Amino acid sequence: MRRFLDRHWYAYAMVLPVVVVIAVLVLFPLAQGVFFTFTDINEGNIANPILDRPATYVSVGLDNYLNVLSGDASYGAFWSTLVRTLIWTLACVFFHYTIGLGLALLLNRQVRGRAVYRVLLILPWAVPAFISAFAWKYMFNAQYGIINQGLRFLGLDDPPVWLGQSDWALVAVIIVNVWLGVPFMMVALLGGLQSIPGDLYEAAEVDGATPWQRFRNVTLPGLRSVSSTVVLLGIIWTFNMFAIIYLITGPNPNTRILVTYAFERFFSGASRDFAVASTYGVLILSVLLVFAGVYRRALRKQGEVW
Amino acid sequence: MTVEAASVRVVQPVRALKRTQRSPLASVGLHGALVVASLIAVFPVFWVLVTSFKPDAKAVETTPKLVNDSSLANYGRILAGEKGDFLAWFGNSVLIALMTTVVAVFLSATTGYAASRFRFPGKRSLMLSFLVVQMFPFAVLIVPLYNILLELGLQGTSLGLVLVYCTTAVPFCTYMLKGYFDTIPTDIDEAGRVDGLSPFGVFWRLVLPLARPGLAVTAFYAFLTAWGEVAFASAFLSAADESKTLAVGLQVFVQQNRTEWGHLAAASILVAIPAIVVFYLVQKFLVTGLSSGAVKG
Repeated sequence: MRRFLDRHWYAYAMVLPVVVVIAVLVLFPLAQGVFFTFTDINEGNIANPILDRPATYVSVGLDNYLNVLSGDASYGAFWSTLVRTLIWTLACVFFHYTIGLGLALLLNRQVRGRAVYRVLLILPWAVPAFISAFAWKYMFNAQYGIINQGLRFLGLDDPPVWLGQSDWALVAVIIVNVWLGVPFMMVALLGGLQSIPGDLYEAAEVDGATPWQRFRNVTLPGLRSVSSTVVLLGIIWTFNMFAIIYLITGPNPNTRILVTYAFERFFSGASRDFAVASTYGVLILSVLLVFAGVYRRALRKQGEVW
Repeated sequence: MTVEAASVRVVQPVRALKRTQRSPLASVGLHGALVVASLIAVFPVFWVLVTSFKPDAKAVETTPKLVNDSSLANYGRILAGEKGDFLAWFGNSVLIALMTTVVAVFLSATTGYAASRFRFPGKRSLMLSFLVVQMFPFAVLIVPLYNILLELGLQGTSLGLVLVYCTTAVPFCTYMLKGYFDTIPTDIDEAGRVDGLSPFGVFWRLVLPLARPGLAVTAFYAFLTAWGEVAFASAFLSAADESKTLAVGLQVFVQQNRTEWGHLAAASILVAIPAIVVFYLVQKFLVTGLSSGAVKG
């Protein structure tokens, strides 16, 4: 034991603060949150030290899960919300990745003014998300928004009411989130492109590979490890992306995803239903854990252990 | 040896020549695509800037114009505090964002360094748990966190919020910095140890200064995490006007049935400026810092 500590104490000393913070502020709350899902806790029966009131919530067994998983509309229509969440996530990450990769490929060439283009293209990342949300909400307004003005100018007499009670709202928030998320992907993939040795391209060129073959057989394999990390992170972040939808469309059921509904349950309404909000949280975590496990196995099958 | 060097020298000009010999059509296409993408990236910010000079009534006219009774009046009223205590919100946000940046960079630098240099039992599960922590939806954490902050006496304080932000920023920052430290040769550490530095001395005096690009990116990320966060800030800060952050305070411009777009736009510009300044300072490190980090995972 002594030798063990002698060898590793500085490593542990450096890691310790993070472990303590994460244990206190993530793992312990998580355990408590999971516990809440088996109770009927809400604003009215939680312990309140300010009012000096003890907790009076009671266990309800699996009722919360049964209610939520039944897909009942008064519990947020879980299954259709899940489908919408998947559409939202896949659409966003697909466009993040493809547009990000396209721009990274362009920026990776010798092009005049590259530094300027790079600064301008990363700008959406630097603007705080709630500002971007306000800006887009303003631009998407059906009457005075610049987007519909532009569409009318182009001869579209009846442009969509973007943020109303229809699926156009979902399209609108996806557009905003794509705009917001492309810079991160672009920068990460640009870094990946720059780490691919130039000789590989020269060798491919000498062998007579067409540009498409070079892209398929040099660029994409070279980006594999970058891509697998950023796509996984992108999916996790987008799945839990809350601010954009909440700030642009609020409680609109056409843009409701799992996280925003959990927040609605937590925040709005007279009762502030903590139990159902936590149940949604646990279900979100389960979906992501299953997904990450499958993803990892798929990568490992292709010979990449991570 | 000389032969090899000569052949390298021959190869390089050839490649350089090839790159510049792009056909004019391809050049136009390349610049065209980049210009269009840049316009889309910049336009919303530009439009907010234009709107910020207009009075609220002109901001919702159905024929948008670049200039319409434009003046600095919106800025004046916001800074004078007529629309809520903007300067106090601003101060709170600056304080919280800076504290988050300092704490998160420090924590993730030590952890990232330990994960990069030392082999110790539990390292793999630590890195894996950082990935899993990213998946935790705050919906499941928010009520217990509220309780814990209450018990620690940190509920409603900036410090409580800083710690909460660190839990979201630190895992990703650690990944980035570990990757960055991996690119710094370990010979440097060994040389430092031979010269009599402790492991902490090596870290503090040798490795950290070399890791400046990585640290800059980490700082950027942590700053933005705290600067733009809405959900925790609206849940955990007290309702008193002077303790709000900008993200919470700006909601006063969005009322139930109408939005004061002119004022909101002016406030937005004031909020975006510090973020863009921080961004501009670190942007030249962004590609190297992020790529060697996030990327290798």
